[in-house]
Amino acid sequence: MEFFNRYRNLSVLLVAILAQLLLLAYQAKSNQDVRLIRVWAASAVTPLARVLEAGRSGASHFFHDYFLLIGVREENRNLKVELQRTEMDNQYLRAQLATADNAKALSIFRPSSRSKTLAAHNIGRTTDTSAQVILVDRGSSDGVQKGMAVITPEGIVGKIIGVTPTVSNVLLITDPSFAAFVVSEKHHNVHGTLKGQGTGIVIVDHVENEETVEPGEVFLTSGEDLIFPRGIPAGQVSSVREGKKNKEIYLTPSGIQNGVDDVLIVIDGVHGAIPEAPAADQPVHMLPPPDLDPSAPEADVPAQSSAHQTDLDRAVQHYRDSGAVRGHISDNKNGGGKNSAPAPANSAHP
Amino acid sequence: MKEVPVGFHDARKNRVSKFNWMSILGVPLAAILFQVVVPRFIPDLSYLELPLLVTIYFSLVRRSPVAGVLFGAGIGLAQDSLAPPLPLHPLGMFGIAKTLVGYSVGSVSQRFEVGNPTVRLVLTLFFFFFHQFFYWFLQRALLSEPVDFEFLQTIVLAGLNAAVAVPLFHVLDKLKVTD
Repeated sequence: MEFFNRYRNLSVLLVAILAQLLLLAYQAKSNQDVRLIRVWAASAVTPLARVLEAGRSGASHFFHDYFLLIGVREENRNLKVELQRTEMDNQYLRAQLATADNAKALSIFRPSSRSKTLAAHNIGRTTDTSAQVILVDRGSSDGVQKGMAVITPEGIVGKIIGVTPTVSNVLLITDPSFAAFVVSEKHHNVHGTLKGQGTGIVIVDHVENEETVEPGEVFLTSGEDLIFPRGIPAGQVSSVREGKKNKEIYLTPSGIQNGVDDVLIVIDGVHGAIPEAPAADQPVHMLPPPDLDPSAPEADVPAQSSAHQTDLDRAVQHYRDSGAVRGHISDNKNGGGKNSAPAPANSAHP
Repeated sequence: MKEVPVGFHDARKNRVSKFNWMSILGVPLAAILFQVVVPRFIPDLSYLELPLLVTIYFSLVRRSPVAGVLFGAGIGLAQDSLAPPLPLHPLGMFGIAKTLVGYSVGSVSQRFEVGNPTVRLVLTLFFFFFHQFFYWFLQRALLSEPVDFEFLQTIVLAGLNAAVAVPLFHVLDKLKVTD
């Protein structure tokens, strides 16, 4: 006790450091988070963060519109009073609409996706700025679980790595610890592992030099990681070069290009198909150029092969054959187009 | 009469600043909220380590190593709890680093005139660097993460944070409770 009194400051420091080292050791040994502390912190901060976000969103849209209005007013001084009154009346509604734009895009996308998703809003970043992790306003009380995929209509965003009742941590696709299995849309046999790098560009690893990958082609999730449903865009190849053993493929992630304000959490994923990408040298059907002279006679249409005949064409052919047997002559010089009807018996009359 | 060098102050004449509990709870909470919310819209502001600046400020003006330990551990653990979960960031990393900062600042503050802006600038510069270095050391030693220490970047960030700290501390001085 005398030692404690004499070295009070040092003793308090040692106790505080030792307690936290024990906390670290417990987490390292059990590989488990001290969930209670994180839940308390998230519960305390989330409502404040939501209020701040709502206030910021409303204020920024309001002032954005207001300053635009000032510019218009200077250019149109004569309309100043009338314009200002009208615009001010509508500013609040416009701010609401602008806020809803992202949510609208998601609401259009959601029914088109077969996976069951949950819309979530980004409310901030974590305090560790070295990690690319964001906080979204959906938690375990909304059915979110660790390991779920997070996407936007444009592509994958990241995955859930931590959940509290009100907030979830989303590890972004750009974080160095992020990984997902991907496959080339163009060459379906090219599989790789997408990895973040801590920058705005991600890489695809484990693609051998013998494989063919070209700049501009798109990589999709392959579904093999059991996190992301198959067929969601991951990114577009920005550059590719040969490495020692594997190709060095750099991708521009498609899911975060328009920001990550609003995202979708895949609650129940359904794998989609990998679409066939059109080949670059595939022949393209083109119509003949239109006749510029309106007085010129109608151009002959090439005869259709029997493979492209419709039921109507076959019916016309049947009537024409029957007419020929009976001595009728058809005046249809096209030989029976798709929409041509059999010539009636009195068709020769004016 | 014994002369006291410029910047130094007779410890017996130092006054311990007091704050009401609303300030003691509210200011660190606001600093952590700032770190969570603001960089989302202004990414460049992610360089601001407001929780650390607040730790330095309270430890500085309370002039007590014990108070510094409590402020550092409390703010650090609160910051830890809003960091990414395991395996990225175990609880205690910021806590230990800030506990050491709080203790050191509390000890040093007994020998300086802590109201002097130059002293505040230099102390913040030094302790920001100390905090980043010790955090890096913990990452390497305890988590075995292969992270490099960016010396030049840390110096620049220390300067920027110190530049922000001087006016910030001046504002926080207004929250002091006068007897």
